[in-house]
Amino acid sequence: MNRITKKLSEDKKLLSIYFTAGYPQLEDTVEILESLEENGVDMVEIGLPFSDPLADGPTIQESSTAALKNGMNTDLLFEQLTNIRERVSIPLIIMGYFNPVLQYGVEAFCAKCEEIGIDGLILPDLPLAEYQEHYASIFKRYNLINVFLITPQTSDERIMEIDENSEGFIYMVSSASTTGKTSGFGQEQKDYFARIANMNLSNPQIVGFGINNVETFKSATEFASGAIIGSAFIKMLTSEGIQGIQTFIKSILK
Amino acid sequence: MSYHVNEKGYYGEFGGAYIPEMLYPNVEELRQNYLEITSEASFKEEFSSLLKDYVGRPTPLYFAERLSEKYNTKIYLKREDLCHTGAHKVNNTIGQILLAKKLGKNRIIAETGAGQHGVATATVCALMGIECIVYMGEIDIERQAPNVARMKMLGATVIPALSGSRTLKDATNEAIRDWINNPTNTHYIIGSVVGPHPYPDMVARFQSVISEEIKEQLHEKEGREEPDYVVACVGGGSNAAGAYYHFLDNEEVGIIAVEAAGKGIHTGESAATSVLGKAGIIHGSKTLLMQTGDGQITEPYSISAGLDYPGVGPMHAHLYTSGRGEFISITDEDAMLAGLELSKLEGIIPAIETSHAFAIFKDRPFKNEDVVVVNLSGRGDKDLGTYIDYFNL
Repeated sequence: MNRITKKLSEDKKLLSIYFTAGYPQLEDTVEILESLEENGVDMVEIGLPFSDPLADGPTIQESSTAALKNGMNTDLLFEQLTNIRERVSIPLIIMGYFNPVLQYGVEAFCAKCEEIGIDGLILPDLPLAEYQEHYASIFKRYNLINVFLITPQTSDERIMEIDENSEGFIYMVSSASTTGKTSGFGQEQKDYFARIANMNLSNPQIVGFGINNVETFKSATEFASGAIIGSAFIKMLTSEGIQGIQTFIKSILK
Repeated sequence: MSYHVNEKGYYGEFGGAYIPEMLYPNVEELRQNYLEITSEASFKEEFSSLLKDYVGRPTPLYFAERLSEKYNTKIYLKREDLCHTGAHKVNNTIGQILLAKKLGKNRIIAETGAGQHGVATATVCALMGIECIVYMGEIDIERQAPNVARMKMLGATVIPALSGSRTLKDATNEAIRDWINNPTNTHYIIGSVVGPHPYPDMVARFQSVISEEIKEQLHEKEGREEPDYVVACVGGGSNAAGAYYHFLDNEEVGIIAVEAAGKGIHTGESAATSVLGKAGIIHGSKTLLMQTGDGQITEPYSISAGLDYPGVGPMHAHLYTSGRGEFISITDEDAMLAGLELSKLEGIIPAIETSHAFAIFKDRPFKNEDVVVVNLSGRGDKDLGTYIDYFNL
C-alpha cells in the first residue's frame, strides 16, 4: 500500500508541512525532513522551486527565488533525497509546477521518484484532462499518486469527476486565493468545508491555504482528514531557521 | 493541414490549458461561451461599429512606393499604427470588453509590457465605465512613463509587478494571481495570443479583422486577395496572428515572422524564441519558450519592450515547427536603422516592435513582382525617447 493511503487510514487528523527545497540553505532538505518527522508531522510536501510560481503568494515566491539562487535544481534535489528512506518513513510528496517535470521527462521523473521512495506528486498546473490523456498510465507504472486540487469555486460535478479520478486524497484549497494570502476562516469557508464533507467523497480531503496556527488547523480539520501548512512554516524558517521547527510544530500539535 | 486551433485547444502539439484548478471555472466559462457570444448578431454589430467609429477602421492598406523602389518589390503597409491608441492592441480589447460585459463581469485586469496593451485596456474600460487594474513590471513602469500617465488619465490603477525580473513576464504572473484571488467578478484581458485556451484563439479572432481587411483592400488595388507574403513582428504574436489569420491555410501565401534577436541571438541578451526556445509551459500554454535545461523560465532581452517576452503564442510555435512560417531574427541595431529608414522614406515613424519587421528587406530578397504586405502594427510616439537616445537626435 502506498504510504499516503496507509497514513490516511490512521485515526487522526494529519498535519502536513510544505517547504521549498533549497531554502533557507541549499543543503537543508534532509535535515528539515528529519526534524519534521521527529516532531510529529505526518506527511511532507517538498517544493521543487520554479521561476514563475503562478499559484503562490509572495512568501513561497520569495523562497523559490532564493532556493533557485542558492543553486537548487531537479537533479540536485533527487541527489539530496537519494537515501532519504533510510532516515525518514512518513509519506513524501513532491510539489511543484509542471514545466520542470516536463523538461526532466515525465517518465524519467516518475521513475526517479519511485526509486527514491517518493509517494506522490502535486502539480497544480497539470490539469485533470491533460493528466488523464497523457500521463496517468506513467504515474501508475511508478506507483505515484497524483493529487488534484478543488476550490470553493469548483462545481459539484467537477468535484465528483476529480474524486473518481483521485487516489490518496483531494487537496482542498480553502479559499479563492494564492498561497499565504488568508488567515483565519470565515463563515464562507466553514460552509464550504461542511458542503464538501456532506458530499461523502470516496477520497479523504486535506485542506491547504490559510492555515497558520493551531486555531486554523483545528478549524480546517473539523471535517477534513488533515491540513497543510506552507507559507506560515516558510515564514518561520525565514525568521528562526531550522532550529525553530520544533517549537513551531509543537504549537500546532499541542 | 489546418493551422487554426483544434477542438481541444491545440495548434499541432502546442496550446492547451495548463492552469491551476483555481482558474478552471473562469477559463472554462470563457471556453464554453466565447464562440457562441462572439457569433451572436448583436455582438458582431456592436464590435464592428466600435471598430469603425471608435477605433477608426478600416485602417488603410498603403502602397509604400519609395520603400518598394529601394528593395525592388511591391511593399504594402497595413496601417494599424493609425488605430485609436496607436496600435493594433485595441482591436482585441474592444472585443474582450464586450465579451466581459456579456459575461456580467464588472472588474477588468490586464498585464502590460511597453504599456500599449495597458493603454488599450484602460481606454475601453473608460469607454464602458468599468474598473480597470493594469499590472506592469516595476522596471517597465520606469522606462515607459508616458504610457503609465496615459493609463492613469484614463482612470486605470497601475500596480507594479515587483516579483522576478519585474517586466512583462512577471506582470502576467501578477495578473494571473489577481484572477485567482478574484474569481467571480473579474475578467482578465490578455493582450496577446498567449495564455491558456481559449485565449490564443479568441485574441487571434479579434485581431483577424486585420487580414480580413487586407484581402478586400488588396483586391481593390491588385485585383487579387492574396499577397505573396505577409510580414509581421512577433513578441507574443497578436498582430502577426491577426495579419496571418485568413491566409493561414492558404500555403500560396508566405508567412514571415520577425523576432527580436536583441544584441544578437547567441549573446545571452535576445528574445528570439523560435531559435532559443524549447517546448514547455508558460502562462498556461504549451509552447516554445526560453528556459534553462531544468525548466526554469529565463529572462529575454530586446530594445523593444513589446517583444521582450520569453515565449511565443502556440499558433506561432506551430507555424515554426511545421515549417509553415519563415522565422527571421533581427538585432536591436538593424531594427533601429529600419525604423529610421521608414521614417525618411515614407514619412512614418514606426514603433520599435514594428521596425523589426522592416529590417528584413536588407538581407531577404523578394522578386520584383512579389506583393509583400507588412503589418505596421504600431506608431513610434511611445518610443521617441529610445530613438532620441539611440540616434542622439
